[in-house]
Amino acid sequence: MNLADQIRAAWTWLTASAHWSGGEGIPHRLLEHLGYSALALVIAALIALPLGALVGHTGRGGFAVVTVANFARAIPTLGLLLLVVTVTSIGLTPVIIPLIALATPPILVNTYEGVRGVDPDIKDAARGMGMTGTGILLKAEVPVAMPLILLGLRTAAIQVVATATIAAYAGIGGLGRYIVDGLARKDYPSVVGGSVLVVLLAVIVQLAFVGIRRAVVSRGLRN
Amino acid sequence: MTLAAANGGEPLIRWDWIGDHTGQLADLTAHHLKLALLPILFGLIVAIPLGLLCARWRWLYPPTLGVANVLYGLPSLALFMLCIPYFGIGSGGRADFTIIVPLTLFSLSVLVPNVVDGLRSVPDPVRQAATAMGFGTLRRLIQVELPIAVPVVIAGARVAAVSSISLVSVGTLIGNGGLGQLFVDGYSRDFTTPIIVSCVLIIVLALVSDGVLVAAQRLLTPWARRGTR
Repeated sequence: MNLADQIRAAWTWLTASAHWSGGEGIPHRLLEHLGYSALALVIAALIALPLGALVGHTGRGGFAVVTVANFARAIPTLGLLLLVVTVTSIGLTPVIIPLIALATPPILVNTYEGVRGVDPDIKDAARGMGMTGTGILLKAEVPVAMPLILLGLRTAAIQVVATATIAAYAGIGGLGRYIVDGLARKDYPSVVGGSVLVVLLAVIVQLAFVGIRRAVVSRGLRN
Repeated sequence: MTLAAANGGEPLIRWDWIGDHTGQLADLTAHHLKLALLPILFGLIVAIPLGLLCARWRWLYPPTLGVANVLYGLPSLALFMLCIPYFGIGSGGRADFTIIVPLTLFSLSVLVPNVVDGLRSVPDPVRQAATAMGFGTLRRLIQVELPIAVPVVIAGARVAAVSSISLVSVGTLIGNGGLGQLFVDGYSRDFTTPIIVSCVLIIVLALVSDGVLVAAQRLLTPWARRGTR
């Protein structure tokens, strides 16, 4: 089977109307996939954004944060998933925990580096205008660090969307079902079609972040 | 120390299993390293010339970056599957390329932007000074611009190496995942020891490789130690 055949088979699979309805259909699987991804990303952001901003602001514990983040990056997602499934059971938890572990390091490191790297003159100016610690952090440091923070969120989001395919291995849905089931049944069009959908989703996430960047980053920082 | 897991008092880790399987663990570790690090080597071999082209002709860079970003979003499992018809399935020999080729593509998505950023980080006065000293384009590139780009290129190689080492284990779902074999082995037998041991080994491999790359950077940029830092 060459590449052209693969593409043709995937196209036939993607455009078959039977694949677009019901619990096994593409819209439902897509929503499941987005659901796990969004949940993991939100939890990771709730952990990493405040922690990264605080450490970057105070300058204390930076080395520890970077070390722990590097360590967390090395954790094999599939191993963590199968470990949690074996210890607990099939369900949402074993899928969400590895995805949180995957999403936290890039957000944490970028937020920390972003806030830490803010020009001291800007902080002085904020202090001169009468701002105190929290005010400086929220009104000066975070907005200036925003491009880097968004980059961390984008990296995390893309990795989570691509990796949430393994959710299928823990027995719950998502677009990975087409890949894992296709593998088990030697149904190639399903594997390729499922992969194409994940790639499209990753591209859409990238484009969404271009839009978010335009909306959130201060005009003065956008070249 | 034995921690009782939720399921039926079975300990999370059985230490004697490790002693009984050292041979297998060593073989899997060696194979894992091969599958994970050859892609970084191939990635560098491709990314450096490609990055040079993008730095030289700027219009090449946006489309290249676009392709790199799309590659980055691909699910690794899907890419492995797509390579099966070309290189086969299983472990060892030709079938290893089913894992190595996709991981090389992933490494490119990190390495190419870093090579370009590294080359762009060369200050203009440095470039002009080299030209004024009579350096031709090629010599200036090899003796001045590439060495200055080393820290940024290695920063990319570190990210690529750590994620490559972690991603190899996904290959276990198609029967070739180095230490990842033990995940499925443990999972199918409801036995946590192999999963934990291989996770720990993978993390250790990643941290050691990272340390080696940091050491390589120090060796390649001796001036950085003499400077202000």
